[in-house]
Amino acid sequence: MEEVDVEPAVTNIPAAGRGKHLGFAWGPGDILVYETHLKPKEAKGPGSPFIHEVQKDEDIYSPILRKLFNESHHIFVGLQTIRDDLPSKNKKPQFVSVSKNYRSVIRACMEELQQVAVSSQDSQKASQYENQVSILLAIELIWNLCEVLFIDAAPAGSLLLHLLDWVRLHKTDDDVKMRDVLQSESPAAHHSYWDVVVSYVLQGRLEETRQMLVKQANLQPAAKKMYRLMDTLLSKMPFYNPSGNQTLTEFDVKWRHWHEEIDRCLQDNSFASNQHLETICKILSGDVDTILEHKNLLSSWYHFLVTRLLYLHPTVKPTELHFYAQTSLSMFLETSVTEPLDSILLAAFEFDIHQVIKDCSIALSNWWFVAHLTDLLDHCNLLTSHNLHFGSNLREFLLLEYASGLFTHHSLWQLAVDYFDHCPEFGRVYLELQIERVPLDTERKALKVLRICEQRQMSEQVRSICKIMAMRALRNNRLGSALSWSIRAKDAAFATLISERFLQDYCTKGTFSDLDLIDNLGPAMLLSDRLTFLGKYREFHKLYGEKRFADAAKLLLSLMTAKIAPRSFWMTLLTDALPLLEQKEVIFSANQTYELMYCLEELTSSLNKTVPSPDQPMQDDEIEVTKVELLRLALARNLAMAIVKEGTVEA
Amino acid sequence: MFVARSIAADHKDLIHDVSYDFHGRRMATCSSDQSVKVWDKSENGEWHCTASWKTHSGSVWRVTWAHPEFGQVLASCSFDRTAAVWEEIVGESNDKQRGQSHWIKRTTLVDSRTSVTDVKFAPKHMGLMLTTCSADGVVRIYEAPDVMNLSQWSLQHEISCKLSCSCISWNPSSSRAHPPMFAVGSDDSNIGYGGKVQIYEYNENTRKYAKAETLMTVTDAVHDIAFAPNLGRSFHVLAIATKDVRIFKLVPLRKESTSSGPTKLEVQIVAQFDNHNSQVWRVSWNITSTLLASSGDDGCVRLWKANYMDNWKCTGILKGDGSALTGSSGQPTAMSTVVGSSLQSQSAFNGMSAGRYFFPSLDSPRVGSRYGHLLPPPSLIDNCEAEPIQPQAQPQVQIYRRPSRALLPLPEAEGH
Repeated sequence: MEEVDVEPAVTNIPAAGRGKHLGFAWGPGDILVYETHLKPKEAKGPGSPFIHEVQKDEDIYSPILRKLFNESHHIFVGLQTIRDDLPSKNKKPQFVSVSKNYRSVIRACMEELQQVAVSSQDSQKASQYENQVSILLAIELIWNLCEVLFIDAAPAGSLLLHLLDWVRLHKTDDDVKMRDVLQSESPAAHHSYWDVVVSYVLQGRLEETRQMLVKQANLQPAAKKMYRLMDTLLSKMPFYNPSGNQTLTEFDVKWRHWHEEIDRCLQDNSFASNQHLETICKILSGDVDTILEHKNLLSSWYHFLVTRLLYLHPTVKPTELHFYAQTSLSMFLETSVTEPLDSILLAAFEFDIHQVIKDCSIALSNWWFVAHLTDLLDHCNLLTSHNLHFGSNLREFLLLEYASGLFTHHSLWQLAVDYFDHCPEFGRVYLELQIERVPLDTERKALKVLRICEQRQMSEQVRSICKIMAMRALRNNRLGSALSWSIRAKDAAFATLISERFLQDYCTKGTFSDLDLIDNLGPAMLLSDRLTFLGKYREFHKLYGEKRFADAAKLLLSLMTAKIAPRSFWMTLLTDALPLLEQKEVIFSANQTYELMYCLEELTSSLNKTVPSPDQPMQDDEIEVTKVELLRLALARNLAMAIVKEGTVEA
Repeated sequence: MFVARSIAADHKDLIHDVSYDFHGRRMATCSSDQSVKVWDKSENGEWHCTASWKTHSGSVWRVTWAHPEFGQVLASCSFDRTAAVWEEIVGESNDKQRGQSHWIKRTTLVDSRTSVTDVKFAPKHMGLMLTTCSADGVVRIYEAPDVMNLSQWSLQHEISCKLSCSCISWNPSSSRAHPPMFAVGSDDSNIGYGGKVQIYEYNENTRKYAKAETLMTVTDAVHDIAFAPNLGRSFHVLAIATKDVRIFKLVPLRKESTSSGPTKLEVQIVAQFDNHNSQVWRVSWNITSTLLASSGDDGCVRLWKANYMDNWKCTGILKGDGSALTGSSGQPTAMSTVVGSSLQSQSAFNGMSAGRYFFPSLDSPRVGSRYGHLLPPPSLIDNCEAEPIQPQAQPQVQIYRRPSRALLPLPEAEGH
């Protein structure tokens, strides 16, 4: 494939031109540009104080085109599920129907755009809409032709019928004219009457032609015979019927016979007295010069092509189209300058699919069309594989581009996920790179993003999102949320840190926040030692609250002996033991009391080793000393009671 | 591509760097006026300055965001020979009401004896690590061992590059197959000093960074350097801003199990463009590395893109039009003209485009022209109130659904 050299598009930035530099920064959907001087040594004097946000094409921000993206997404996903193992014969009707679905979405979108364009008060907006409509019209025109030629791949005979439909579908101005004519008081006298009739003939709409001619014939009784002859000729023109049992050769013979009849009429000068009928007859005979005299009615070279085929080569084969298309183009256009649309259609007639796709990507401002069309053609096995340097193909390249564009949109990014899913080579990496950039504005949105990542086992992204959310919650002092996010992230270090915060909070306030969460940690508790302690410690409080003192006491002790509790927290735990020791009935057994005493001594001995810092206020120390003494007293008393009680029971 | 909005940055001197945060909802700017500003994007897309403070006692060259996993953290570097780390603290509620946020300095890194020219955070999988490079030719790697205490940073590595450093870039690959790697560029213009881009790689055994490669072909001053996202490939892609734009492919060669030295790299040049005519100052990749942007002495930002055949082309140019907006606040007066002129180039970002319209605009149809028929029929408009599903009520629908032999009627788009 040849590379078409296209000049890069220039975007003007309201900044000083020469002599200054433009700095820039990539954003997710835009690029920030600012005036600066990048040569550090010469950097002097203030530049323009503005930063300009340069955006990509605004198509995705159009609410109407958004519908196009949404609905085509459904069709795309449906297409991907068409099973590969079906024989291709059975799949063809499905592909054709998918293609028609895409086109109907384009049409619906076009109609809506046209309506808003007309009702828009803002002329700039209106012309923008109209511009979009004209692009969609062209897209649909190209798509339709691709459907006929590539997807439906009609053989000789049916091919012309399809092309006729294609031309009729896209040539709607005749119908407007026709309505004007028919609605006038005397249609036959209307100044556009003959234009309409000839247009019908050019499009092969012979039934309508006959109906129109009847009106004229009624006004001219003298010429009735001539009109009747024309009517017979028109009614006799054979059309190939692909569903009938007529062979193409039979049709060809019949058609030639009819053609000879037309030629005979011309030689006889049957219509010489009526220039209009003469013209029609000449068109029917396939007289190219006569057809070309009606360029304004044909309005395009490809209409001319189809008319020419209709009256000269109705059994044209797909392989011959190329020749007729090119000659029609040069016969129709005086200038050799072709517009992008011309070359795209010509490439289609040449069956050069890659050229069609390529020219479209260059000419269109949006990847929507090329991505979807290429995907469909690829499903039809019509694309020879052009491998990328790293193994991807054209289909994937275009889908990735399209989906990446969607990802910059605040809601359309969700559609893009499915497109990435259906790109086997790079879809996943692209999704990973894009999805972690989706702003996590709310917990709800974070959960949505998370679900997408979890469904695809994107563990690193899952971890990162949870970590970001945990960090944010922690910064805002929402400890519960921070803890549940870090449990989700399986981030032990962070869970430890947050557990510490919880315990600190408890030490200062005497109550726990987020009880629901801590009470229902379950196995998640095992994520970190500190979290385990937090959970267990809270369990102690619950037992205590439920007056299950024996269980509470046992748990409390085990927190220290099993080294689950951090040493720094032991004093708090021992203080918690105090009310249990002070109960009338014995809760801690003698053995348990010994263990408590051991814990206290271990703690105080290690405390004594550290030299009290001079700036620590004496008061704190005194409180500590009193606390220890109180504990010792309570422990001793409890031990005494326990020994007495245990001795009594044993005896 | 078009200028969607212009933001009055209100810096009192030249802006040196603008940096997006990871999610693209915030940006930071820095300037010769020694300050850094933080901007937040509102729901409607407008940018609001939420913090502005003096950061250094010299021009601030670069400002960069840490990954949000580490909270809201910025690093800046300056002519004043220091780099600094800043953290946003969740302030008083009345701060929030005024739309202001509060940033405090967590540390000043003072090890450099010359201007600190670049500052970058390492990829997040390595933890919270900050790298600086300076005009004295030293790359320094700092680590915050406790991400909750950003006032403690330890200098982990000091790597002497022998040449005045201008830029650093980390290889973002988090693959186990790739040890941590960064590239450093030098703006020393003496060609005799040889290659100006050095690649360093971390060695697990020695726990040190060792030079893996010097790009010997890059002998002119290098101003910026950027690794592309890895995309799961075995090789790395590096863009360099020197007297031209260059894209290199670095292919790690299979390592011998006995060798403990750094991975040998095969260096291949992928593309080289001199369209900027002279020095190129900045290069940067978009998120998926499908586009590379560069800025040069021609005053333009150029966008480069590879097509599916891996041919690199310039696909868009951002160019100052000489009409620098002036004024220090509010919306620029030239906005309307800016938006108006933008339509012609809406597609440059997409990589392929034509500066012209694909089809002639609708408001000037040429009668009998080739495109005359592409105009939608007025009937489309007349019947806009009519129920579009009923062909009888809407004559133009018949156009699409003419009884035809082969073309099935289009399915009802309206029924979706």
